[in-house]
Amino acid sequence: MRTEIQIAGFGGQGIVLTGLLLGKAAALYDGKQAVFTQSYGPEARGGASCANIVISDAPIDFPLVTRPDVLVCMFQEAYAKFRPGLKKGGMLILDSGLVRPSPMDASAPSIFATRLAEELGKKIVANVVMFGYLVGLTRAVSFAAAEKAIASTVKAKTVTLNLKAFASGLDQVRSKAAR
Amino acid sequence: MSSGKRVSGGEHFMVGDHACAEGALAAGLEFFGGYPITPSTEITEHLSRRMPELGASFVQMEDELGSLAAVLGASAAGARSMTATSGPGFSLMMENIGLAAMMEIPCVIVDVMRGSPSTGLPTAVGQSDVMQARWGSHGDYSIVAYCPNSAQECFDLMVKAFNTADEYRIPTLVLMDEVIGHMTERVMIPEAAKIAFSGRKRPVRPPQEAAFLPFKADGDGVPPMAHAGEGYKVHFTGLTHDEKGYPALNAEAHRALVTRLVDKVRLNAAAIVEYEGLHLDDAEVVVVAYGCTSRSARQAVLTAREKGARVGLLRPITLWPFPEDKLRRLLRKGVVKRFVVAEINMGQISREVERLTQIPVLRVNHPGGAMILPEDILEAALS
Repeated sequence: MRTEIQIAGFGGQGIVLTGLLLGKAAALYDGKQAVFTQSYGPEARGGASCANIVISDAPIDFPLVTRPDVLVCMFQEAYAKFRPGLKKGGMLILDSGLVRPSPMDASAPSIFATRLAEELGKKIVANVVMFGYLVGLTRAVSFAAAEKAIASTVKAKTVTLNLKAFASGLDQVRSKAAR
Repeated sequence: MSSGKRVSGGEHFMVGDHACAEGALAAGLEFFGGYPITPSTEITEHLSRRMPELGASFVQMEDELGSLAAVLGASAAGARSMTATSGPGFSLMMENIGLAAMMEIPCVIVDVMRGSPSTGLPTAVGQSDVMQARWGSHGDYSIVAYCPNSAQECFDLMVKAFNTADEYRIPTLVLMDEVIGHMTERVMIPEAAKIAFSGRKRPVRPPQEAAFLPFKADGDGVPPMAHAGEGYKVHFTGLTHDEKGYPALNAEAHRALVTRLVDKVRLNAAAIVEYEGLHLDDAEVVVVAYGCTSRSARQAVLTAREKGARVGLLRPITLWPFPEDKLRRLLRKGVVKRFVVAEINMGQISREVERLTQIPVLRVNHPGGAMILPEDILEAALS
């Protein structure tokens, strides 16, 4: 099955890294096929930034995301820009601190990713908190694969922090499920 | 990614442009001369990091004329050499592509195609340089052009491109496109010992022993190559020259030289041509597509098959020489009723197909800036 995931936010939030981690986890550690592309060009400067990932069990022919099954928004502008493209019945995931959704999306799963990252001591890992939340909700990749992707991608001295951030996002899914 | 090793063996999740650069390094790249231009910049950038740590030479040149000129100089001295560019820079390289062909200096030129003509769409996809790649420099000469459709093939075909360039002493082109250059996929890089290598044919006798004729070809049409500084007397010129390499400005010398330059590839086409076929055995409709468009085409063909339509795919991996023998063989079977040629230009490779057949050739074109969708190819195939 082909799954299209779009992660959108603001330049500098680590949106591209999040996409890379997701694709890498699928392609290298889960034995699946994955293609990762990113918004590129003048439209990607100083505004909405976007990572696109296609994951599939079969070879991926058309490499681009056209109608995402999952859309993650980490900024209001990104929500405005990409929300209309979400597949009907697709899953919308929001950073509650940064996106105020329209009433029709009031029940979309959301997480205070940036606040949780701040609690870990580094706002900069908000994207990895969101990565944990995304993986927990969608199971697009296995937890082990996601952790391996983090460990093999981020700078060695930040691996522990990033793994904590990932676990923190994952915990939000678990705690909501327990409620 | 920086392994510090020439061949970064193992599995990677790598962007096409970097896979291209890694393929070049694995093939033994020793000199890069280039000028960064979107969407090929990541190749240049990656090599600027990797080459110094390997003791190889990376030079950012003043422009694309200088880039290819420097590449030819380095190659004449024996180094495996390349440049990477996109449309506007590719246009500036045309003169020196002809010079490389005439002086028979092996080199690899990567052109990551974007929306054109002129400055066009710097950051968006195009496939409109394919005829320029074949015919862009004035005069008759021959080149080989590979066209990858995945990050893996960017790596694999770079290795091949260097071997082909050396084997035939020709400029060899790798025609990527923006989508292929900028997409990240799994890339499997083999161990160094498993990288295929076929180098240049070299003079057999030492320079002191006998007069060496640097442009006297063997039976395969390719002269052995002496490198600058080895002691052989070699004269390189863009003028028509004799076997000594001296200017010979007459029709007989010109016939001998230009015929050989063209025949080096023409007569060896069977050994050079590569393509991928899918469901061609019983295909009534054959879709021809290359680069990123071939991925849309493959999806279209698989969907058509699910619907029971006899549609197949012919994907040229070498755009030049074009796999025309394969096309002729398909035609001879008498099953094919129609071709569909999909490409991000206003109709270039469709001309090659039209040239080879009397049966209808449907074109699916987009002038650039976006990929052709599988639906559009499917519609043409089923119409």
